[in-house]
Amino acid sequence: MTPVPSNPVPSNTVPSNTVLTPVLTAHWDEPDSFTLAGYRRAGGYQALPRALAMPPDDIIAMVKESGLRGRGGAGFPTGMKWGFIPQGDGKPHYLVVNADESEPGTCKDIPTMLASPHSLVEGAIIAACAIRANQAFIYVRGEVLHVIRRLHHAVAEAYEAGYLGANILGSGFDLDIVVHAGAGAYECGEETALLDSLEGYRGQPRLKPPFPAIEGLYACPTVVNNVESIASVPYIVAHGAAAFAALGTEKSKGFGIFSLSGHVTTPGQYEAPLGVTLRELLSLAGGVRAGHQLKFWTPGGSSTPIFTDEHLDVRLDFESVGAAGSMLGTRALQIFDETTCVVRATLRWMEFYKHESCGKCTPCREGTYWIVQLLDSLERGEGSDADLDKLLDICDNILGRAFCPFGDGAVSPVVSSIKYFRDEFIEHSKRGGCPFDPAASTLRGGSQGSSPGANTAGGSWRSSAR
Amino acid sequence: MAFTEQQRADLTAQAAEIIARYPKPRSALLPLLHLVQAAEGFVSAGGIAFCAGQLGLSEAEVTAVVSFYTMYKRRPVGEYHVGVCTNTLCAIMGGDAIHAELRSHLGVEADEATPDGKLSLERIECNAGCDYAPVVMVNWEFFDDQTPESARKLVDGLRAGDDITPTRGASRLVTWREAARILAGYPDDQATTGHTAGQPTLAGLRIARENGWTPDEPPLPAADDGGRS
Repeated sequence: MTPVPSNPVPSNTVPSNTVLTPVLTAHWDEPDSFTLAGYRRAGGYQALPRALAMPPDDIIAMVKESGLRGRGGAGFPTGMKWGFIPQGDGKPHYLVVNADESEPGTCKDIPTMLASPHSLVEGAIIAACAIRANQAFIYVRGEVLHVIRRLHHAVAEAYEAGYLGANILGSGFDLDIVVHAGAGAYECGEETALLDSLEGYRGQPRLKPPFPAIEGLYACPTVVNNVESIASVPYIVAHGAAAFAALGTEKSKGFGIFSLSGHVTTPGQYEAPLGVTLRELLSLAGGVRAGHQLKFWTPGGSSTPIFTDEHLDVRLDFESVGAAGSMLGTRALQIFDETTCVVRATLRWMEFYKHESCGKCTPCREGTYWIVQLLDSLERGEGSDADLDKLLDICDNILGRAFCPFGDGAVSPVVSSIKYFRDEFIEHSKRGGCPFDPAASTLRGGSQGSSPGANTAGGSWRSSAR
Repeated sequence: MAFTEQQRADLTAQAAEIIARYPKPRSALLPLLHLVQAAEGFVSAGGIAFCAGQLGLSEAEVTAVVSFYTMYKRRPVGEYHVGVCTNTLCAIMGGDAIHAELRSHLGVEADEATPDGKLSLERIECNAGCDYAPVVMVNWEFFDDQTPESARKLVDGLRAGDDITPTRGASRLVTWREAARILAGYPDDQATTGHTAGQPTLAGLRIARENGWTPDEPPLPAADDGGRS
């Protein structure tokens, strides 16, 4: 079989009408970008005094006007979320930053916090001021030790500079921030599971409503925002809602970090207006690795249905990606070339979902378990065509039948890979095994050869462009 | 394992500090479990009883939490705990081959320490370093762009006591127990050391700089005018 798409990406043309717009990433190449001094030199903490001088409702209005939508995957309007917090209710309010970045393929918040933790701290102070919270938490996944050091360091520096604590910059506003390390559980990236975890329980989701804005942490009004959402706030306050809204598309405004990984010449972080296409980003990144073609990719992590080379020109904004049958998610662009077995890729993602299912809902807990068994037998060439229907039936019984979006996300790779590559699943059964050589798809796969750009159709990767 | 009197006194004092960070005591449970893991290298029955005692919980309630989270270990792991990402992208880029190589090289099962207590091995899920795939973590520090050969050299170096530094992390690799203490909220003095951004992290920024691309929006007038009046 030759599962080779016919639309190679040109590697040497930079589209003239596309520009990257480094805002969050703009100072990351400064050696001290993570320090207070480095962040201030790059214009940091100029938004904070402006925000503290504004009535909190005006900050919320400004963020609403900017069109900022949640950068953690769901894309809910950030200002609207803040506006749901009841005011004058006599209860404490909380801001919780979701820094539990764990969606497979997603790797934008970790570099943000490593290189510029102060952009998150400044954004958190402004957000807390807007929703009138005097206590904030940064819930960071535990498996990133140096990021956790940097967060503690930034928070300590901010206290010392008078940006945190009592009467911040003489404004009368008080705020404390606690850096809280998780302990290894993908599910804690779901906002209500995160709150349960932060309260010291197993990280399992809560029924909504009530939403966290009404009953969140300790049953008090709580905003849970992604790192990148919060880190985008200082720019909006310093430059104005219109400047942010000038970027992006009509309904998906502003800039965002796009993370290219996998079989791409120059993987990494590319900050661009929402609405950029994969073709444009790949062109900047030197294309798919030398001598190979795009086979499939995820627009926003493993929980977003896969795309193929048909989708190179889909604008990467919430609406366009949705209309094309997937979700923008976290802009985690995992690129796989023609050496990759889609059955193996899907099986591994499902092993992840099986491992990480929190166990609360039966369809998700049991369904992921059965899907792994079926996919495993298919990958080994011991499955049958009927197994594909069984897989889709199980997916149908998970989708929409779990408390949280985990279940819906878990079926995405299965349904979408069968949709685009049904023949490849069947080919496994016909051959009685996997037709792919896993060594060919590795970072330095088939490294005995060395001619750059050599393409052996369906063969091994003979040169690493990295 | 039982704590000594001195250990118990130290842990109790630190537990009080940790509990004081939170509006409600139970929120301190995850950091307290990191703390007892730092003291013993894993979460023992004694560690669970200690946490339960500090928070007025039953040992069953604490055990239910421990068993939910993969970072808490119920038996000793190595001084250097090696996690190989075998989620889809890293696995395909070489993580499967790296894990197979290390497993046979070290001869250990998942979360099992080598007889000298130096090393242990775990298959980990996506650690948010995909642009550096395949990723290996040691005590939760990044070792990027690994191959089976480089990973074998890495574990041999760790075993030999060589000076090993993460490819993206602090300048000194800490031990498993030292790492757990940082997770409990007691950071060491290494925040300003080590790396800030590797090549992939800066890939887009470099291109933007070469082309002179910026968002091109001047800041609003200074803050003391009352903002957007």
